[in-house]
Amino acid sequence: MREFSYARARDVDAAVSLVADNPGARYLGGGTNLVDLMKLGIERPELLVDVTGLPLDEVVDDGGRLRIGALVRNSDLAAHPLVRERYPVLSQAVLNGASGQLRNVATTGGNLVQRTRCGYFTDPTMPCNKRMPGSGCPAIEGEHHNLAILGASDHCVATHPSDLAVALSALDARVGVQDLAGPHELPLEDLYRPVGDRPDLELTVRDGALLTGVSLPPLPAGTRTGYRKVRERASYAFAIGAVAAVLVVADGMVSDVRIALGAVASHPWRARIAERELRGGPATAEAFEAAAVAELDAARPLRDNAYKVPLTRDLVVAVLTELAR
Amino acid sequence: MTRTWQAAPSVGHPLTRVEGLDKVTGRARYAADIALPGLVYGWVVPATIPRGRVIGIDVAATLAMPGVLAVLHPHNAPRLADIGEGTLALFQNDRVAHRGAPVALVIADTPERAREAAERTAVDYLPEPHDADFRPDHPGLYTPDHVNPNNATTTDKGDVDAAIAGAAVVVDREYRTPAQHNNAMEPHSATAVWADDRVTLYTSTQYAYTVAQSLTRLFGLAPGTMRVVSEHIGGGFGNKGAPARPDAALAVMAATLVGRPVRVTLTRPQLYPLTGYRTPTAQRVRLGADEDGRLVALEHRAASQTSRLVEFTEQTAIYSRAMYAADNLRTSHRVVALDVPTPRWMRAPGEAPGSFGLESAMDELAEACGVDPVELRLRNDTQAEPASGLPFSSRRLAECLREGARRFGWAGRDPRPAGRRDGRWWRGTGMAGAHYPARTAPTTAHVTALRSGDYVVRVAATDLGTGARTALTQLAADALEVPVTTVRVLIGDSDFGPAHGAGGSMGTASWGWPVVTACHDLAHRLASGEPLPPEGLTSTFDSTDAVGARRDLSRYAFGAHFAEVAVDVSTGEVRVPRLTGVYAVGRVVNPLTARSQLLGGMTMGLSCALLEESMMDARFGGFVNHNLADYHVATNADVGELDVAFVDDPDDELNPSGVKGLGEIGIVGVPAAIANAVWHATGVRQRELPIGPARAITSGQ
Ligand SMILES: Cc1cc2nc3c(=O)[nH]c(=O)nc-3n(C[C@H](O)[C@H](O)[C@H](O)COP(=O)(O)OP(=O)(O)OC[C@H]3O[C@@H](n4cnc5c(N)ncnc54)[C@H](O)[C@@H]3O)c2cc1C
Ligand code: SF4
Repeated sequence: MREFSYARARDVDAAVSLVADNPGARYLGGGTNLVDLMKLGIERPELLVDVTGLPLDEVVDDGGRLRIGALVRNSDLAAHPLVRERYPVLSQAVLNGASGQLRNVATTGGNLVQRTRCGYFTDPTMPCNKRMPGSGCPAIEGEHHNLAILGASDHCVATHPSDLAVALSALDARVGVQDLAGPHELPLEDLYRPVGDRPDLELTVRDGALLTGVSLPPLPAGTRTGYRKVRERASYAFAIGAVAAVLVVADGMVSDVRIALGAVASHPWRARIAERELRGGPATAEAFEAAAVAELDAARPLRDNAYKVPLTRDLVVAVLTELAR
Repeated sequence: MTRTWQAAPSVGHPLTRVEGLDKVTGRARYAADIALPGLVYGWVVPATIPRGRVIGIDVAATLAMPGVLAVLHPHNAPRLADIGEGTLALFQNDRVAHRGAPVALVIADTPERAREAAERTAVDYLPEPHDADFRPDHPGLYTPDHVNPNNATTTDKGDVDAAIAGAAVVVDREYRTPAQHNNAMEPHSATAVWADDRVTLYTSTQYAYTVAQSLTRLFGLAPGTMRVVSEHIGGGFGNKGAPARPDAALAVMAATLVGRPVRVTLTRPQLYPLTGYRTPTAQRVRLGADEDGRLVALEHRAASQTSRLVEFTEQTAIYSRAMYAADNLRTSHRVVALDVPTPRWMRAPGEAPGSFGLESAMDELAEACGVDPVELRLRNDTQAEPASGLPFSSRRLAECLREGARRFGWAGRDPRPAGRRDGRWWRGTGMAGAHYPARTAPTTAHVTALRSGDYVVRVAATDLGTGARTALTQLAADALEVPVTTVRVLIGDSDFGPAHGAGGSMGTASWGWPVVTACHDLAHRLASGEPLPPEGLTSTFDSTDAVGARRDLSRYAFGAHFAEVAVDVSTGEVRVPRLTGVYAVGRVVNPLTARSQLLGGMTMGLSCALLEESMMDARFGGFVNHNLADYHVATNADVGELDVAFVDDPDDELNPSGVKGLGEIGIVGVPAAIANAVWHATGVRQRELPIGPARAITSGQ
């Protein structure tokens, strides 16, 4: 582990000025991902700027939109009354992730930009395009049973590990960002770059940009939301399949639906094709299945992760059927 | 002699762990906690190729890094004696035997600086073609001279082929179990310190005495120079067994080189290639039976892997030598040496994977014959060990099966598969038998009566967290006929003399023998009026002759496991709401710690059935999921209701304490019971572990 300096940011501007334009600097949230990667020698920062003292740790109602500070801890987010009341899917997703101890320290911002769990990425003695651009992707022919089936490339088939991000994606979240040019907002979906030939470049925002928070639009009355996650053990494991869904059914017809899939791609996968198929149509198990199949038509599974295709399909059907009941 | 009990007997009572308070308050010191003045830290530089030669290490650059005191490597390492243990022949040449093998050790003033310097040490390799791919049809598979720990490779009785050819019902199947890592909570750590011409090694080992002996020979030390201290251990599961693991030898080497105490602690990823794992196995089981399910032939063949450093052959098929009666019985093993880390003992080595093969095949036979699986096992019960013909000292398998069936509510079970749908779940039940050898090994123990009225027992035993120290306290107190509060049991110190380690479920049986005998002797001497000198009066007993004089019998603990499972129809998630285990394990010294051992064993069996798999990428010769986030060990949420019960199992042919050992039997057969239940739930046989969603998902379709 490289020796590093540590600074506590006094305010947002100071934090940004320390990290932006400094490739050796990193924001430190709960540290549950960053510090692990530092111990393994995957991240080797010179400077850690601890942002946990910044006043970005509140959940507030802002004229109907819910604003969640980037430093709200996962546990606090899941337990917040406004979240539980308005966006149960979000609370469920967070509680399905990690463990109680981790959620107590992990932050909203850190969760969204945590790195992949691909075993080659976290072993510095192995090649990996994401860690060492151009070194190759051993996962494609190797251990990939929990890697991507959608949107991957010949350069990387990693998945994004977050549960929280999947729920936020289904909720049409927007992300607040601040860089040297000042604050701005973008849809969560636009935060993540497609994999392409540079899997090392994961985000669309500038290096050193600080995530300041996320905001959620209100859901119409009668909306039902739900999250279901499948993992290899009953608790404390990353998803091998996950579905977050937001559904409004009127008179047996789908009037609105938003579906995000986890554990299938390098970022939360909005199932736009399935949503289009369903909108305005009947809210039946058959329709749900047809929509899921249409979405997964683009799936390109590898040798050992083809099971994820039927798993994800059935999970979509199960979650939507439950919500439509 | 008349004896007056000063205390009610303690054996059979649920005494809580004598060191429990020290552990929960943090007072107990584990190997890596021991504070020593001048302590420095060694960090392993692991090979990053699976096979080849080291042609250069930039030692000068590493020595110039902050805090670095020295670098140990093949050119400055002491020459070691060849003790027939390749994993300890560290830095003796430039060969790389597997990925992750130590090629150098960096010693620095803090662990962080040692780690940084080790990770930045530049090593040049000349790689050679390698093979790390275990396959059941590997052309390199051969028949070794013996299998672990010292069993015949092959047994052959009668004419298996002819009997199978003539059998009314035949089951012929292949079963696979994956590589698994022990993953004890406490990582391996060793601290060596020289003082007064002796070297003391504080380390986390199950075998303090054996490790001291082997390191003495490895380093060519004068007898008595080496002392190994291992007071508390945070789990081992075989992974801290004998021989010493490389961290121990590295610490001694480094302390000798720098003349200061040196600590070598391994990280979780380093444990994967360096401290051992359970080999993957491929098994073929052939059963021939008459229409009623009575076995006429049983064949169990097993293949496993070892490294280039040592021949280590998992005794997978020996499970079939002692379980069910068959006039024609053949068991055999083959092993292949690959460019992989060295496999080692992991909880119930042999029996755990082997019982998956046989007990799964028995379930398939029950299905084929239309006989209830419990009844099938009762029909094939025997009072003589099938392979050797030796009588059992006691065998209460039938009692375990009947009592288990009663407790679990097995009667009236509909044997047909895939008939019980409950919402999103398929439900099913399954069972398996279990056995584990009840061995005893020579050990020396001392007990001293003090003038204070207290007694001190010294024996180089180990308490892995099992409760062994507590059980020995109870055995000693009863043998002395004194209250447990007056007895202090000191363990984990090689200076206490020869002792078997905590392995093979033989700890309490082996240590208890000399402890009980020495205590009886001391009680007798005190009762006969022998004076108590100021330093106390000591009795010592070495059980070597007594153990050797036992009758030739087949000694085993027996058990039966019953499982209920639920399998999600669409996702393949398998849940185990209920497990019942019933055991015949000789005398239960402490029902509280015994139950905990069996709960732990059953949990490990469940974990092995559903979760655990070390994934080797053969192209690199390394395990990819070498951390506890990706190698899944059961969490509380995975474990449902566990029901543990004992049947009475008096047995005078064991040892003075009448114990058979119960550390490992709890795992044996559990994976098969769960796999059999998954078949009952879904109608799909699971012949390969673990049964994760990816395997079970096809079941419901
Ligand atoms: C064993 C284990 C199991 C886990 N299981 C799950 C699971 O099942 N589901 C799940 O979703 N997650 C899981 N996690 C991941 C966990 O949720 C993340 O590690 C955590 O959310 C990261 O948040 P943090 O605040 O600790 O981030 P840190 O570790 O502090 O930071 C992570 C990254 O984000 C950057 N960063 C932090 N804050 C900001 C900010 N405000 N703006 C810009 N960049 C920032 C850091 O520089 C760093 O690169 C698990 C983790 C572990 C260790
Ligand atoms: S999948 Fe991506 S992260 Fe994994 S090895 Fe390939 S490039 Fe690296």
